[in-house]
Amino acid sequence: MAHGPAKGIRRWLFATNHKDIGTMYLWFSFAMFLLGGFFAMVIRAELFEPGMQIVRPEFFNQMTTMHGLVMVFGAIMPVFVGLANWMIPMMIGAPDMALPRMNNLSFWILPFGFSLLASTLFMEGGGPNFGWTFYAPLSTTYAPSTVNFFIFGIHIIGASSIMGAINIVATILNLRAPGMTLMKMPLFVWTWLITAFLLIAVMPVLAGAVTMMLMDINFGTSFFDAAGGGDPVLFQHIFWFFGHPEVYIIIIPAFGVISAIIPTFSRKPLFGYSSMVYATAAIAFLSFIVWAHHMFTVGMPLAGELYFMYATMLIAVPTGVKVFNWVSTMFRGAMTFETPMLFAIAFVVLFTLGGFTGLMLAIAPADIQYHDSYFVVAHFHYVMVAGALFSSTAAVYYWLPKWCGRMYNETMGKVQFWISFIGFNITFFPQHFLGLAGMPRRYADYSLQFADWNMVSSIGAFIYGASQLLFLYNVISTIVAGKKVSEPKVWEGAEGLEWTVATPAPYHTFSTPPAVK
Amino acid sequence: MAGSPVRKTALWLLLAVPVMFAFAVFAMPPLYDVFCEITGIGGKTSGPYVVDEAPAVDAERSVKVQFVTTNNGAMPWEFRAPVESVRVHPGESKRVAFHARNGTDRDMVAQAIPSVTPTSAAKYLQKTECFCFNRQPLQAGETAEMPVVFFVDPELPAAITTITLSYTLFDVTDRQAAEVAAVN
Repeated sequence: MAHGPAKGIRRWLFATNHKDIGTMYLWFSFAMFLLGGFFAMVIRAELFEPGMQIVRPEFFNQMTTMHGLVMVFGAIMPVFVGLANWMIPMMIGAPDMALPRMNNLSFWILPFGFSLLASTLFMEGGGPNFGWTFYAPLSTTYAPSTVNFFIFGIHIIGASSIMGAINIVATILNLRAPGMTLMKMPLFVWTWLITAFLLIAVMPVLAGAVTMMLMDINFGTSFFDAAGGGDPVLFQHIFWFFGHPEVYIIIIPAFGVISAIIPTFSRKPLFGYSSMVYATAAIAFLSFIVWAHHMFTVGMPLAGELYFMYATMLIAVPTGVKVFNWVSTMFRGAMTFETPMLFAIAFVVLFTLGGFTGLMLAIAPADIQYHDSYFVVAHFHYVMVAGALFSSTAAVYYWLPKWCGRMYNETMGKVQFWISFIGFNITFFPQHFLGLAGMPRRYADYSLQFADWNMVSSIGAFIYGASQLLFLYNVISTIVAGKKVSEPKVWEGAEGLEWTVATPAPYHTFSTPPAVK
Repeated sequence: MAGSPVRKTALWLLLAVPVMFAFAVFAMPPLYDVFCEITGIGGKTSGPYVVDEAPAVDAERSVKVQFVTTNNGAMPWEFRAPVESVRVHPGESKRVAFHARNGTDRDMVAQAIPSVTPTSAAKYLQKTECFCFNRQPLQAGETAEMPVVFFVDPELPAAITTITLSYTLFDVTDRQAAEVAAVN
């Protein structure tokens, strides 16, 4: 029965083992993270001083667009799919994912999707330059000639996400060990179950949106062309009908990671488990009915603005439940502050800050001032970077010893945390000030009064960028030369099935289902 | 491994994919149009208006109706309004003939698409006759007068004193040819 992995490249090309595929997802997302980070460094270098220094405005637009696309679809979404592949079978006592061959396909089409997308940068006409939200008619009538590559790239990436999501739902619903009832599942599994349903519901809508673009550009339809009887505002509705659930697709698995880490290092069970489950489901449901809060300035009727404003504010209630539950878990716990815990606590603090600025943006009359300013940029980087990325960094530090049987260097981990934390806040906190002072997003240049805070922000970005190279170093040096650990329970406070298997996790786990009490 | 419960779950989920795709492509645009028509946002005007009885003319106030003409993309025709604007009393019917000339050396077909600003005025601008209801063929070098007959609904909110009626002219020669070919 127990046979090891295939040798050489075949192990990876024909991988069906959930751990191998999870590993590939994690490395792929890290590569994309470095690529998207490089684009961000170009942006911040150009904005270091007013005036044009390094790139031309056309290229700057390609950088902002590609940064957003690569980070959202290439870094954050795949990193959580990678964590899901690695951890979900081990958490529910399953031997593997339910559909291992589809799992292979959903990973291996990703590099092709991103090659299509990134290759446009080297083509005549340049890469996509219309922002990651690709509003028509910028992305149709006025798009660069390479836009079809972008469209097919999105199709492929979307197909990959849908297959990954189907696999995760099929695994969770069918392969749980006997006794592992739904309400006994770790919260990471719950959050992924909900996220997967969101993905299956909205990725086809994204595919529909880019298909309509494709028709408008190449086949003479007028879905989004006002002059032909269509409406560009329709594009924004369809995009955000996808886009708002999408931002929760990005953050909900992060909730699951944090809900695993905080109890471990507080040495207490998670406070309010079932309320966490219901709050996550409520957030997912609300995400479908608030999309137009991204569009307060398009000219909606007053009733529409009021509805979307109040519905958006309602999301603060289940989100507040989660934040209070995390804080209550820590309350009077025997807390220790290892690197994963530091990232998790930073997540709670900074994500809450990002949530508050989200509430400010939800106020329709105020949003008319904040709209498309750097305040929005600051807001979503607080929830995307300090939310999704901090939590995935925490997850890697937390589970890496289980994965490879070696402990990372705690001092180096803490150094990386503090550089990240400080660099992040130096980068993005001043962007609140810039936005409130009126600096618009997506421009290659700015007025002189914005110069100081932009320079501060750029310095912070370089610090934050460097801290990610340190992260890469930490991970590699752990895998190669970390101190060996062998006890199944790497963290003394950790609970759950994944801590009952040997360390490092064997190639096959739970070939016979464990007994869950 | 992949026994039948797994397959069943996966197939159900897979079914949701074309359903949501079709929802986005085939249901959302028409739903959006219906929504805009009901609420009158979006600046789209409605089809031919059939007059049951002539609306009462409100001589107390007058509204300025401005005309804007645009050629879409590379549409080469001359296309212009005879006047920049007209002043009408709400309820008063007005006829304006737009001018179009096909200055090219080939026969072409055009379609004009109307739009109204402010968008909240769209449902108060009623057209009993409009060149935009039909396609306009013009042979090479030919000229046409293209009339629109409209009135402003007396229900128009008092706050609106100026309405802009914009027409964008499209080259639909290829589309027309394709449709003719499909019929024959």
